[in-house]
Amino acid sequence: MDNEQGFIQSIVVELENEEYAIPVEFIGGIERIQQITRVPKTTSFIKGVINLRGVITPIIDLRERFGLSPKEHNDSTRIIIAEMESFNVGFIVDAAYDVVNIPNEAIEPNPKVIGTKDIDYIDGVAKVGNRLLMLLNLERTLSHDNYQIERDQDD
Amino acid sequence: MQNNEYLDVFIEESKEHLQSLNDQLLILENDSENLDTISEIFRSAHTLKGMAATMGFNDLANLTHKMENILDAIRNDQLKIHTHIIDVLFSAVDHLEDMVVDIAEGGNGAKDVIDVIEQLNVIENGEETKSVSDKTEQLPTTEPSLAGENHFHALNEFELTVLEQAYEKSFHTYEVKVSLNENCLLKAARVYMVFEVLEQIGEVVKADPTIQDLEEENFELSFHVLLISQESPENIEKRILKVSEIEHIDVRSYTIQTKKANNEMGEEKSTSTNEVTTNNEAQSSDDEKNKQKKNVVTKTIRVNINRLDGLMNLFEELVIDRGRLEQISGELNHSELNETVERMTRITGDLQTLILNMRMVPIEQVFNRFPRMVRQLSKDLGKKINLEIIGAETELDRTVIDEIGDPLVHLIRNGLDHGIEMPEVRKANGKPEEGNLTLKAYHSGNHVFIEISDDGAGIKRENILKKAIANHIVTEEEGQALSDKEVYQLMMASGFSTAEQISDISGRGVGLDVVKNTIESLGGSISISSEEGAGSTFSVQLPLTLSIITVLLVEVGDEKYAVPLSSIIETAVIPRSEIYNAHNKQVIDFRGKVVPLISLKEVFNVPEASDEDEFLSIVIIRKGDKMAGLIVDTFIGQQEIVLKSLGDYLGEVFAISGATILGDGQVALIIDTNALIN
Repeated sequence: MDNEQGFIQSIVVELENEEYAIPVEFIGGIERIQQITRVPKTTSFIKGVINLRGVITPIIDLRERFGLSPKEHNDSTRIIIAEMESFNVGFIVDAAYDVVNIPNEAIEPNPKVIGTKDIDYIDGVAKVGNRLLMLLNLERTLSHDNYQIERDQDD
Repeated sequence: MQNNEYLDVFIEESKEHLQSLNDQLLILENDSENLDTISEIFRSAHTLKGMAATMGFNDLANLTHKMENILDAIRNDQLKIHTHIIDVLFSAVDHLEDMVVDIAEGGNGAKDVIDVIEQLNVIENGEETKSVSDKTEQLPTTEPSLAGENHFHALNEFELTVLEQAYEKSFHTYEVKVSLNENCLLKAARVYMVFEVLEQIGEVVKADPTIQDLEEENFELSFHVLLISQESPENIEKRILKVSEIEHIDVRSYTIQTKKANNEMGEEKSTSTNEVTTNNEAQSSDDEKNKQKKNVVTKTIRVNINRLDGLMNLFEELVIDRGRLEQISGELNHSELNETVERMTRITGDLQTLILNMRMVPIEQVFNRFPRMVRQLSKDLGKKINLEIIGAETELDRTVIDEIGDPLVHLIRNGLDHGIEMPEVRKANGKPEEGNLTLKAYHSGNHVFIEISDDGAGIKRENILKKAIANHIVTEEEGQALSDKEVYQLMMASGFSTAEQISDISGRGVGLDVVKNTIESLGGSISISSEEGAGSTFSVQLPLTLSIITVLLVEVGDEKYAVPLSSIIETAVIPRSEIYNAHNKQVIDFRGKVVPLISLKEVFNVPEASDEDEFLSIVIIRKGDKMAGLIVDTFIGQQEIVLKSLGDYLGEVFAISGATILGDGQVALIIDTNALIN
């Protein structure tokens, strides 16, 4: 997690009143919600695809991915476009806020609390001012395998 | 590495030189006297060596260097070409290719090539003694009185012929003396740069000391070069002086008379030279053609394919906006606006044709590797085969080109292995010993056809049927009813092999199965025709482009889907009462055939199922001989669409082959009908 500047520049997004941080180097843009074309027979958290300036981009509902209850899209709903190594993908979040610099020393490893499941898509928790930010690991967020396992555990 | 920015260029050019090496070696094998070919090969190898050395790929440079030694010996008539030499050279080229591939993948091009180097050494040394005696033979031709005037008195036949040719084409021959600055540190580098310049303005016939010595810095401060060029001496001097650390240039005309005088010194030689020259006269017209061809090539530029894709994407955006404009102008009904929009429509139409054309590549790129392959295979199989390629200039979309290579390899291997008989058998059947394999590509309508035909034994209907029945692909009764064409199609069913012995060349019959699937996934088809005893033809039909296809847009619930027109037989609206149940499946009677129905609503779990209508809209699709009817809600209409991939993240989605962007900016999914029919 360490980097040369001593901090991680991240975009803060909101999901169910909690704030998550996504490193800016992954961010390709922030879009308003638009018509999503459903793709049949895919994992349920994949909401479908959109036309992002001529590129077909799959859209993931982060609420569903993290097992939160669904929520109607409204004016503040955003799609965060992430640029991964070989593809782009969009995440639906409740809202997107500012860019913050998270100092390396403010980051603490994921707290392990008895009774909660191991969540591998959070890299750590950072306290910046009076905000608590969870650092998202995008690659693990995108993985289907763990999602399946988590669901199985739920059942 | 510092040279990173040149790496792409290096790799690209290396590939071109390797291809040229391959091509020219093949020509050389058939026509070992062809001096043009030898010098072409030598030039390719030499440039490759130079580039590799500059980039610091030593293994690559060393191996090319060894090759060059042999080529040099061949070109100087010290070595006679025979199949073994060609074989070794080919295997060296193979190694070079591996190295370049390695470099392209980020490696350092290092490879253990001791075997080949040893073989090359053996060839080189085996002839060394001979070459020495050659040199002594040449000595008497030296005329001491001329030695002071020029450095190039001991020209060999090859060089003389080149000069002769140059003279006929009214090129000038110069003797250039290059003197380097005393303080010059990197003599070899300067030499390299000088040669670079010389090769731009003409052709270096000979250097004194030899090029090899020059590159190893085995010379004092000056060297002589025999140059053929159309430039004036002043120009040559000026251009060479652009290279830094050059002290002095002396360009003198090297007249053909001097050469002829030299020539007559060795009487025996002159007669043989004349023979060669007459040969070359015939070739000079070919040379001119080549020159013209080269001129055309220089007018092209290299464009990264990603840029073209980017251009295409932007253009598609434009098309979508154009759609909106058309809609708006239609609503406003303003005559000037209408006119402008119409003009824009026409221009974008032209633009589309142009952009699509830019993505077209000649199929030559795929065909190029076949001569080598056929040569190798015919050796392995002990058959004599002549490969003929027709229509290599036929153009296809790059996406198709990328996919079509492997299926064609399979088909050619198949034709060589199963089609063409052994020489003895052919002789006994009254055919020439040498079998013919023809590869033909041509355009027809919106399709490209590629035919692979052989004049071999043809396909025995009974054998195919017997195998098919034994492998439970068809029953005996079914088999009797099939037409010849249908029987041949059985060969492409999985788990089929017709060769009495399974060979490693065309495999176990999985090949044809894979071939068929690949071609069908490209939206093409394959058919076989054959005549027993006279040969067979595999005909592959491919769409010109994969990126723009015609589809039928349909609506299911609130969702729009696109069905490729190529897989649709027709559409129909039938009353619900005409649906029958068979084995719990819904079927209809469609023109006397029982066609199973597939409800897209169920397959794709479309939400909000609409009310049950009394009439059903059905799209009849086909895959090979099988048919099925897709139940949809409404037909929207036929449309040309741009095919887009769903991207790496979603990967393979069941029954969806891609997506497209409609006029209103929405995404519609394209149905892969092949996945719906088993």
